[in-house]
Amino acid sequence: MNIPFLLEVGTEEIPDWMIPGALDHLRAKFPGENVRVDATGRRLVVRADVAERTPDREEVVTGPPANVTGKALDGFCAKQGVTADQLSVAETPKGKYWSFTRKIAGRPAAELLREEIPAVIQSIPWPKTMYWPSLGGPRFIRPIRWIVALLGAEVVEFEFAGVQSSNVTYGHRRLGQRGPLTVTVSDYEQVLDSNFVIVSAEKRRAKIEAEVAAVAAAKGLRVKEDAKLLEVLTYITEYPTAILGSFDPSYLTLPAEVLVTVMRHHQKYFSVENAGGTLAPHFIAVMNIPSDPEGHVVNGNERVLRARFNDARFFYDVDQKRPLAEREEDLSHVTFQAKVGNYLEKTARVAALAGELGGEKAAAAAHLCKADLTTEMVKEFTDLQGIIGGLYAKAQGADPEVARAIYEHYKPLSMEDSIPSTLAGQALSVADKIDTLRSCFSVGMIPSGSKDPFALRRAAQGVVKILAEGELRVSLDTLCAGDGKLLAFFRERVEYYCREVRGYAYDEVNAALAAGYGDIPDALARLAAIREVRPTENFEPIAAAFKRMKNILEKAPDLMPGAVEEGRLLEIERVLWSYVQNLPDSGDYPPRLWSMAMMRPHVDMFFDEVLVNDPDPKIRENRLRLLQGLIGKFSSIADFSEIVTN
Amino acid sequence: MDTFQETIFKLKKYWADRGCIIQEPYDTEVGAGTMAPETFLRVLGPKRYNVAYVQPSRRPADGRYGDNPNRLYKHQQLQVILKPTPADVIDQYLGSLEAIGIDLSKHDLKLEEDNWESPTLGAWGIGWQVMLDGMEITQFTYFQQCGGVDLDHVPAEITYGLERIVSFLQGKESVYDIEWAPGFTYRDVRYFDELQQSVYNFEAADVPRLWRLLGEYEAEAQRLVDGYRAEGLADADKRRFPLLSAYDNVLKCSNLFNLLDARGAISVTERVGVIARVRKLAVGVAQAFLDQEKYREVA
Repeated sequence: MNIPFLLEVGTEEIPDWMIPGALDHLRAKFPGENVRVDATGRRLVVRADVAERTPDREEVVTGPPANVTGKALDGFCAKQGVTADQLSVAETPKGKYWSFTRKIAGRPAAELLREEIPAVIQSIPWPKTMYWPSLGGPRFIRPIRWIVALLGAEVVEFEFAGVQSSNVTYGHRRLGQRGPLTVTVSDYEQVLDSNFVIVSAEKRRAKIEAEVAAVAAAKGLRVKEDAKLLEVLTYITEYPTAILGSFDPSYLTLPAEVLVTVMRHHQKYFSVENAGGTLAPHFIAVMNIPSDPEGHVVNGNERVLRARFNDARFFYDVDQKRPLAEREEDLSHVTFQAKVGNYLEKTARVAALAGELGGEKAAAAAHLCKADLTTEMVKEFTDLQGIIGGLYAKAQGADPEVARAIYEHYKPLSMEDSIPSTLAGQALSVADKIDTLRSCFSVGMIPSGSKDPFALRRAAQGVVKILAEGELRVSLDTLCAGDGKLLAFFRERVEYYCREVRGYAYDEVNAALAAGYGDIPDALARLAAIREVRPTENFEPIAAAFKRMKNILEKAPDLMPGAVEEGRLLEIERVLWSYVQNLPDSGDYPPRLWSMAMMRPHVDMFFDEVLVNDPDPKIRENRLRLLQGLIGKFSSIADFSEIVTN
Repeated sequence: MDTFQETIFKLKKYWADRGCIIQEPYDTEVGAGTMAPETFLRVLGPKRYNVAYVQPSRRPADGRYGDNPNRLYKHQQLQVILKPTPADVIDQYLGSLEAIGIDLSKHDLKLEEDNWESPTLGAWGIGWQVMLDGMEITQFTYFQQCGGVDLDHVPAEITYGLERIVSFLQGKESVYDIEWAPGFTYRDVRYFDELQQSVYNFEAADVPRLWRLLGEYEAEAQRLVDGYRAEGLADADKRRFPLLSAYDNVLKCSNLFNLLDARGAISVTERVGVIARVRKLAVGVAQAFLDQEKYREVA
């Protein structure tokens, strides 16, 4: 019979972003069935159904070899607590051995949980832990203050981190009943709810979402969707409630990006838009209490926002006193990377490369693109680097295309993000990222394992995405300028892009990239052709035949190069060979792959009728060359032997 | 509505009632209450210690000539150290907010992750910034390490930003409009301090002289640290060895560094180097001070 179980680990506020990972861990590691996890910042909750007892079971214990007798055997019996007449001889792959079967009684769930829960809690992998209250004390993400552990009506008694488990929890820090609340498995959620704690993260999330939308709609406004912010607010509140605040419309003269960053990153507010899509002078905050009848919370938040916007305005005005163009030289004081040099040097390199790739406008943008690092605005809002540069360049009268290229030059920030919208922007973005990669690789700063402090993988991934989706045509070989390690580093990034963004299968990617990956649009065209032809009936058999051919050739590593002598070929071979030779060496990939697939009857017949390993070495050699020529015909499209077939 | 000073009185009384020694501000320039010896040195070692004090804290680069309603060269922190931390520390803290008139059932209070570290002091801790209606009013830290040493008892450090809390309580848009004492505003009390120190920090400070002074204080601190470490120093001499004076010299270095930084006299590359120099001294003093503990026991 299963018994309902409840665990609540009561802590001080756990950082919101760590909670989902901790819950995944608890879900995976917790014993029992139907395991459900939940959390607020102050509690990790596990509910499950646990069998009353674990089932009885038997275990075969193997002793010494069957030829052992006397004292040695007595010793085994004594150690195991059995008598010699309970032993029997078992046949094992290693020979005959003494053995016996031990019956192991099932254990009550409470006993098992008492032992296992502390270990499961302790094993949660936190990014950073602390100890308390003294050296040698427990380690956890934050101090644990109470633990509820109930199996049915009984407390599962254990101690963890100096805290004794019980049936006592605590509600909202300052609402409802202060002090301990006694709970049962069945009334737990309800008791907390009436003490202003919504245990379910899903319910809190839904409450926030609904209220935020309603608050905005009441003013005829639209909320800027922000799934990340929603997640943060879900885990930093126990009883979330949305409220609308306002700011003076005069701040709307500041760049919307700055206002949104202040609201989102610094204040955790949703920003709202008018029907026309422009930023409205309002914000939506989510508080951790159910209502704000006297308007204290709205007033306080508005006051803070005003101060922050005032700061931003001050930074903006100060920054305009020295235009970006004058700031380029200041970059000699800004370190790019200690071993590589400063941003002025980087700017010169990026400008040269961007110019080669994207022409004058790209080069002009490159000269200004890092200058915003010296502005007060970027010092305060580092996430806005590039964006601020673009906005300032525009305000200071730069060519619109140049300003846009600067604005977008950190794009794409992720695989979901879009790439720069213009050729100049793409050229600048690629030049900047390639320079970072080349520079770091040149001083041996190469990512390994999970270590990638300079986010070089992301930079390379961005380059791949731009080359795959943009207008800029340049090969990775050119961009890597002879750095073999860097080119090899890109291979993984291209693979990742093909699989995760374009959805190609592992084997398709391996096959296509084996024929080259420097020209990314070309590699993608080859992949598209493979995907098109793959479902046809002849494709996989042909791929399997390629694998067979490759195996045969691998056994003849000393084959000398040379032409196929048609005179030595059988009729079947001659038909196959002339089919192959009549295929085009260039042109669109899909028709070439169709033709390849349709070669199947000739190939099948070849393997059915012809013995490659002819006793006559001349004939054998000629046949091997035929196979080599055949594979070679398609080797610029893919290595089809990589295709996994049934 | 309480004045600035009244709020301070209430907070001090609140913590005094909970067993804290009420100390007075340290008399050497510091950048934060953490740097006062009542925190930096007292958190070291096995002795329990609870203390609260207001610490005027100097941040030369944050000065705005008294013009900015929210940024100050010198702000007042109320620093509380509870060593070791009681289990109900957060409740005690929330109680202190209620004691100064904040009804927490009507305000939005959140503890948001904010870990603190000071490379200069070889110190770090884990904690939160406490947000009240969207404003950061307190930094709460569980100290883990100080002077590069794991701490015997984890102290809770509660640092109240007094100007922010009081401008919140009094509903003022500008800190300068805070009523400090009946009939006297924050402006009346502090404006010229802000103005003139900003002028000094940004315009008037003599850079070469400040560099020389930094070198002098550094040398004096280093001489003392070396002296304590010197072989053959008798136990009795260790006990009376002026490590507290050494630390004063470290604080001087730190303040001079901040002044030079505000003056724009420290390049990015130099910055790292100077921080490392001050850190070396701070860690040196902390470790010596910890060693001195056993001699302090002797009467």
